[in-house]
Amino acid sequence: MKQFAEGSHAVAEIIKACQPGVISAYPITPQTHIVEDLAQMVSNGELKSQFVNVESEHSAASVVLGGSATGVRVYTATSSQGLFYMQEVVFNIAGMRLPVVMTCANRAISAPINIWNDQQDSISLRDAGWVQIYAEDNQEAVDFHLIAYRLGEDKRVMLPVMVCMDGFILTHGMETVDLPEQDKVNKFLPKYNPLYKLDTAEPISMGLLADPDYYMEARFAIQETMKDSLGYLSEISQEFNAVFGRDYKDLLVEEYQTKDADKVIVAMGSVCGTIKEVVDEQRSKGKKVGLLRIITYRPFPYARIYEALKDVPRVAVLDKAVSLGAYAPIAVEMKAAFYGKKKGPKIISSFVGGLGGRDITLESIHEVLRRLTAKEVNSDFIDLKPELLKEEYGK
Amino acid sequence: MFGPLTVKPSESKGDKTGSWRTLARPRYLHKDCIACRMCLLICPEGCVSGKEKNAFSVDYTFCKGCGLCADICPKKDIVMEPEEQKGEGK
Repeated sequence: MKQFAEGSHAVAEIIKACQPGVISAYPITPQTHIVEDLAQMVSNGELKSQFVNVESEHSAASVVLGGSATGVRVYTATSSQGLFYMQEVVFNIAGMRLPVVMTCANRAISAPINIWNDQQDSISLRDAGWVQIYAEDNQEAVDFHLIAYRLGEDKRVMLPVMVCMDGFILTHGMETVDLPEQDKVNKFLPKYNPLYKLDTAEPISMGLLADPDYYMEARFAIQETMKDSLGYLSEISQEFNAVFGRDYKDLLVEEYQTKDADKVIVAMGSVCGTIKEVVDEQRSKGKKVGLLRIITYRPFPYARIYEALKDVPRVAVLDKAVSLGAYAPIAVEMKAAFYGKKKGPKIISSFVGGLGGRDITLESIHEVLRRLTAKEVNSDFIDLKPELLKEEYGK
Repeated sequence: MFGPLTVKPSESKGDKTGSWRTLARPRYLHKDCIACRMCLLICPEGCVSGKEKNAFSVDYTFCKGCGLCADICPKKDIVMEPEEQKGEGK
């Protein structure tokens, strides 16, 4: 059913349709509207779920860990500092192979404190063992939550999934979204049937001490499952298309005008909408520009990206996050994808933009294309204001 | 793929923590024991057994050599001995 809705509300609606047994979250901008709406739905009796109010994100993550361990579907959402406060539990959830679904409303990291969008929060937790999927618009944000439960709860996977949506741009943006009907949701997403659960009749312990004789295998198994999940995502996206009439290719990347392109921008999330507009404009002038949108950041689809860009001479990677003191996070992966390969771009230049909510405009994208020359650049910041930078403090 | 993930009750017996013991092992002298059970209660591995006076023993398969039993014994009836000297019990 089509509805003109705020991104957060649309996400709350799809979570309601997924019927988690336990929801726990602590409010943090820009995630708040999602859990406010869910709390209202529970309170109104529209959603039969236990909504556990907690004193912190660490507790929220712990509650959904415990809920999932007892064998019920669970949900939480957070942003930025909240995600960081959850961090140790976030790693535990993956290590205990619990298919928790979380929305990360992407927001910048303190300090200085900033509530606006970039992707530093979820990217900083890339090594946690969670599948990370990034939505471009609110329709995808809705669809990806359904796919997240389906993938995470797959008996071959049993891993948590983080659906990342750009804070404010998507969470507070109004768009027309096609909200999946309940009967179709039920068809696509069967009742959660856990492989293992806490049960007093058949007691087990989870997350216990694994000494050097056991620990590495626990990690190796997640690594292998992550790699396999790339294939499962393609498989599940086809089923999703069949039930809901969408057109997702494989949910790993989206190739937009990349076939004959001599310049391709690589980016992730809502900024890709802006980039597509620039690509269309450039193409109308006969310039061979394209976009490769990364949808799944963890596991990282190296082989898929290699195939997509192996004949493109120049690539610009636009990160909305930095790894301070090193190459930008997506740029690292892009360079790794082509290292030692016969084919691949001669130039992979890396740009950083949009930190702390600075708008990435059409002009910003034009600037990226202008700076994508024969001279490779790394972590080149766009839209910087040099007047705010001083060599010495206080001068 | 799954690695070690869940544990059923008593499965941790598969962890032979006795291999952690490097420096010393407890030796029960069986002279002045009053069967207060303190050694049994304080053992972090739960590997001390016994009921009667001068009849407590340690399962060296699990004893990590921490020395808590010797330390808490009110009668000093348990001593820690260097690992090379094979005492009673094994």
